[in-house]
Amino acid sequence: MDRRKIGALSCAAALVLIAGCKDTGQSGGKITDNVVRVGVLTDMSGLYSDIGGQGSVVAANMAAEDFGGTVLDKKIDIVSVDHQNKADVAAQKVREWIDRGGVDMITDALNSAVALATAKVVAEKKKIMMNTGAASTRLTNEDCTSYTIHHTYDTYALANGTGRAVVKQGGKTWFFLTADYAFGHSLEQDTMNVVKESGGKVLGAVRHPLSASDFSSFLLQAQASKAKIIGLANAGGDTINSIKAANEFGLTKTQNLAGLLVFVSDIHSLGLQATQGMYVTEAWYWDLNDQTRAWSKRFFDRTQKMPTMIHAGVYSATTMYLNAVKATGTDDADAVMTWMRSNKHSDMFGTDMVLREDGRLVHDMYLFQVKKPAESKARWDYYHVREKIPADQAFQPLSLSRCPLITR
Amino acid sequence: MTEIFGVSVDALFGQLLLGLVNGSFYAMLSLGLAVIFGLLNIINFAHGALYMMGAYAAWMGLTYFGIGYWPSLLLVPLIVGAFGMVIERALLQWLYKLDHLYGLLLTFGVALVIEGTYRHFFGVSGQPYPVPELLAGSTDLGFMALPNYRAWVVVASALVCLATWLVIERTRLGANLRAGTENPKLVQAFGINVPLMVTLTYGFGVALAAFAGVLAAPIIQVSPLMGSNLIIVVFAVVVIGGMGSILGSIATGLGLGVIEGFTKVFYPEASNTVVFVIMAIVLMVRPAGLFGREK
Repeated sequence: MDRRKIGALSCAAALVLIAGCKDTGQSGGKITDNVVRVGVLTDMSGLYSDIGGQGSVVAANMAAEDFGGTVLDKKIDIVSVDHQNKADVAAQKVREWIDRGGVDMITDALNSAVALATAKVVAEKKKIMMNTGAASTRLTNEDCTSYTIHHTYDTYALANGTGRAVVKQGGKTWFFLTADYAFGHSLEQDTMNVVKESGGKVLGAVRHPLSASDFSSFLLQAQASKAKIIGLANAGGDTINSIKAANEFGLTKTQNLAGLLVFVSDIHSLGLQATQGMYVTEAWYWDLNDQTRAWSKRFFDRTQKMPTMIHAGVYSATTMYLNAVKATGTDDADAVMTWMRSNKHSDMFGTDMVLREDGRLVHDMYLFQVKKPAESKARWDYYHVREKIPADQAFQPLSLSRCPLITR
Repeated sequence: MTEIFGVSVDALFGQLLLGLVNGSFYAMLSLGLAVIFGLLNIINFAHGALYMMGAYAAWMGLTYFGIGYWPSLLLVPLIVGAFGMVIERALLQWLYKLDHLYGLLLTFGVALVIEGTYRHFFGVSGQPYPVPELLAGSTDLGFMALPNYRAWVVVASALVCLATWLVIERTRLGANLRAGTENPKLVQAFGINVPLMVTLTYGFGVALAAFAGVLAAPIIQVSPLMGSNLIIVVFAVVVIGGMGSILGSIATGLGLGVIEGFTKVFYPEASNTVVFVIMAIVLMVRPAGLFGREK
């Protein structure tokens, strides 16, 4: 064999080796149907459509644009659907998305019932849900799966943030106004525990039906309890109308309200006059730093509204997913999940965020206090940052998790 | 302090008063429904959406044109009432000869379109409407501090209900209206323009809903969903009172408001269902409703 032939052969062998190495490194190294498709499962028309809805679709699209519309030279496609706040509608749609629509990752999933139903379907189909909208801690406890990521917030973090801070500020006695369904009960229970642990006292609670038309009766009962703090364990329109009635009946002169799930969009629609002084726990606020302001301005230009933490969460989750696809070179759910668990994540939503084995994404939370009308310098300037709750204290510790996936 | 079933008498008085306030809204809305059903035989499912339109018209007037609460109280019912008359002329008039179900379906569709349109432009969180300055603040009644505005709601709705009842039951115009529904052909033969009368009646029923909407705006968040939250209860009120009975709807509206108020003290979880439990019982005992006449 002459030297030229040997040289050519060794070159070829080397090439095969390199190619082979690269191939194993990418574990399959392929994108199914040549498109990376993200599905935004949200409430487009019901009571949660302001905190998620169209804004979530815009946020997901912004994440795709920041990737230049492609990842690994494959197109990124964002699709969306209205789940109408019905778990069965959501589950059926998600099945259809995965079986026929080629959807690789599902995000938003506002409404705990919807999220729990979706978690089951994605686990069965081996696709990923990055939940930014629902609050129930069941997603990372009894109902955790290897394919669910609970991204933005949960009832434990809300209760922990607001409950602890308010007791520390002197709000020792509590009375709860609770929405009479699973979410309200769990928020009430979580907060009661935190209040008691922090040395506070719970004087009572009243359960109101979902979407009650009038809150004055319930608030009179809260007033009669003489509790210093009235905890609102409800959401959306119910919270808004409770706050309005509390102002009307003069409760806010002698007692303080603590909104346990309040979004910046709720403050916007109620106005500062009615909400001033309230403590609120959120994962994110548009006016935290230059990065959040720049991103929010882009969002505002498209929607004429400032983003909620759910919108920011959808952007962050989509970015995190696309980064994982890029790094692993595949949209294979197992490879992507493994990569996301073993790397830290930073974007305008948070820095060095860690994905735990129960599916909880751990990041800082914030305790805000709503500004007085005179302190607000511009539209949407609503919050004082009162406390940054560090990531390791913000969420339920892994040691308390009831998730069967955790190896102890 | 005296107590009844572990609840202080003061608290009960407070709830009684609040029940009356809520009952006033039920009364005004069910009155509009009763007038429309009694005279047009239309089950107006769009009533909640029109009530919401009333509240929004007041909010838009204040926000975009600087029209205050008091002028709105007069202007908004006129504007929304006119809108109602357009609906009647364009859509409803073709359905009078058909089964009730067609009117119900059509008005339900109209309600969905109106609500969807508002939701598209304003979102669901809603907008705040301030309490007019004259009625801001509250009066201490000893057992509770009653916001002045809520007291005004009771007075205003009582006046409107009374006036409506007087016009329909005690005037010549009202007599013509009632006759027109019994036998339109005969009344027309007397030279009375029955179609015009029907249009005006629908407009009036809608105006009542819009008036209730303006009254409600300072109390609850002005939101596209505010009507649909209320309308089912209002329908139950109309059924309990007796479909089409004017006096029945006023009395049951107030009565149910009070019963609901008490439920909120003794067993709050049932406060959304108590009205329907009563409805079921009434329908079993008196299928035509408390004040209705069997036909």
